Amino acid sequence: MKNRLLELLQENCKYTEQELAILLNTTPDEVKRQIAYYEELGVICGYKALINWEKVPGSDVRALIELKVTPKRDKGFDEIAQRVMSFKEVEGVYLMAGDYDLAVFVNGHTIQDIAMFVAKRLSPLESVLSASTHFILTKYKSNMVDMQNLTSNNDERECVV
Amino acid sequence: MDYDRFLNSRIKNSKPSGIRKFFDIANEMDNVISLSIGEPDFKTPWHIRQKGIDSLEKGKTWYTPNRGLAQLREEICKYFERRFDVTYSPETDVLVTVGGSEAIDGALRCIAEEGDEILIPQPSFVCYEPLTSMAGATPVIIETKAENEFRLTPQELEEKITDKTKMLILPFPNNPTGGSMSKEDYEAIAPVIEKHNLLVLSDEIYAELSYGSKPVSFASIKGMKERTIVISGFSKSYAMTGWRLGYALGPKEIIAQMTKLHQYAIMSAPTTAQYAAIEALKNGDSDIEEMREQYDMRRRLIVDSFNAMGLSCFEPKGAFYVFPCIKSTGLSSEDFASKLLLSKRVAVVPGNAFGDCGEGFVRVSYSYSLSHIKEALKRIKEFISELENEKK
Repeated sequence: MKNRLLELLQENCKYTEQELAILLNTTPDEVKRQIAYYEELGVICGYKALINWEKVPGSDVRALIELKVTPKRDKGFDEIAQRVMSFKEVEGVYLMAGDYDLAVFVNGHTIQDIAMFVAKRLSPLESVLSASTHFILTKYKSNMVDMQNLTSNNDERECVV
Repeated sequence: MDYDRFLNSRIKNSKPSGIRKFFDIANEMDNVISLSIGEPDFKTPWHIRQKGIDSLEKGKTWYTPNRGLAQLREEICKYFERRFDVTYSPETDVLVTVGGSEAIDGALRCIAEEGDEILIPQPSFVCYEPLTSMAGATPVIIETKAENEFRLTPQELEEKITDKTKMLILPFPNNPTGGSMSKEDYEAIAPVIEKHNLLVLSDEIYAELSYGSKPVSFASIKGMKERTIVISGFSKSYAMTGWRLGYALGPKEIIAQMTKLHQYAIMSAPTTAQYAAIEALKNGDSDIEEMREQYDMRRRLIVDSFNAMGLSCFEPKGAFYVFPCIKSTGLSSEDFASKLLLSKRVAVVPGNAFGDCGEGFVRVSYSYSLSHIKEALKRIKEFISELENEKK
């Protein structure tokens, strides 16, 4: 079952309740109620601008760190994930199936900053077995958005009659 | 050289389409937001494209049978039974054509003769009138009305029938109005058709884009199948315009003649497109559903916005067009469209491009993304308020 309200908000969270009501064939009050419900459930986690930092001069370097870790007997991966999350340099943490356990997205001013963060902060953590650092060169697509404008926006359709 | 004396006067005397005019001007301008295109903005669903590619990889590059691939004709008949409750025989009642347009032309050329009158409700797609004239018959226009949501009423039909009337064209769901005939609307005109022993050419290319109710085929109306040629295709429902594939369904005696014409003029519809279309019919129902829901959201937004601006616009039940009335601005359709284009860079099509009775309206297509539509509506709203300020 598709959730059109969430799809629309994901596409553009600036739609007004009135507009959403028209699009979804319901009332603004109902839209308001549903949004409040999703916010409370934590399904809608926030409304933030999508910023392409690569276009901002002097902005951060980003890296993906693959961490192999030892899960704890009763806490599983949660404890180490929580520890990693707490660093302000860390933008995202995912538990993965496959060759490594945690995918950690990290920001830093320079490549050196990130290298030092991995060497001095992440690697020494008790559960961490290994860390492999990959620097992100270009963000092509993020949050459903073509960040490099590679996709042609030109309407190629012709008027044929 | 005097080419005039060589050229066929029926073709020469047909007017060029009025939809193009503004499109061509708009194309020369920067920062234009168009709402003028009459084809889906979606790309053909990937699994359908993949089957076309597969057929090429397997070297399926020959002609198909004149009528179309047997498997495709079977799938078309299954689809028609599933969606419209009408049973056709794949062997004799189906012709696969190069788009719905070829089927319309073929049907007219197989039926119309000099002296025959063909009834054409307008506003409607621009091809019926010239194709009727080119086939040698006389087009007789029935003007449908905004207060009836541009549906055809039995009285309007009856009034235009003479002893020369041979066929009625039914262009529903309608381009450009979005008007749609319900089962009851069709049942109301059926007795008139029967009484005057008319044939019907029912162009149902937009049938899958019906909102709020299940689409109806005119052939499903009691007693009408034997006198109806149904035109449909893949362009609108599966976003396959460029594949050029449509079909005609009808009594085997008519389809046989259309097949003969098609055999000599076309031979067979594109092979790659036919393989892709088999996949569309077998596994494409959910694609139609998804696209219809997207169109439906845009439709509601656009109808609501026009009415809020004071351009009255009935809620169209089909296709992907709205047909707002612009009479309140005091401008003609052409003036409205050209002023809107020049001052706000928004392209729409004047309603009179679809027949004289489209004067006072413009066709607005919603086969565009929501963000595109929102920007265009914002500009149209500014345009309307500026017009009102000028008046004061």
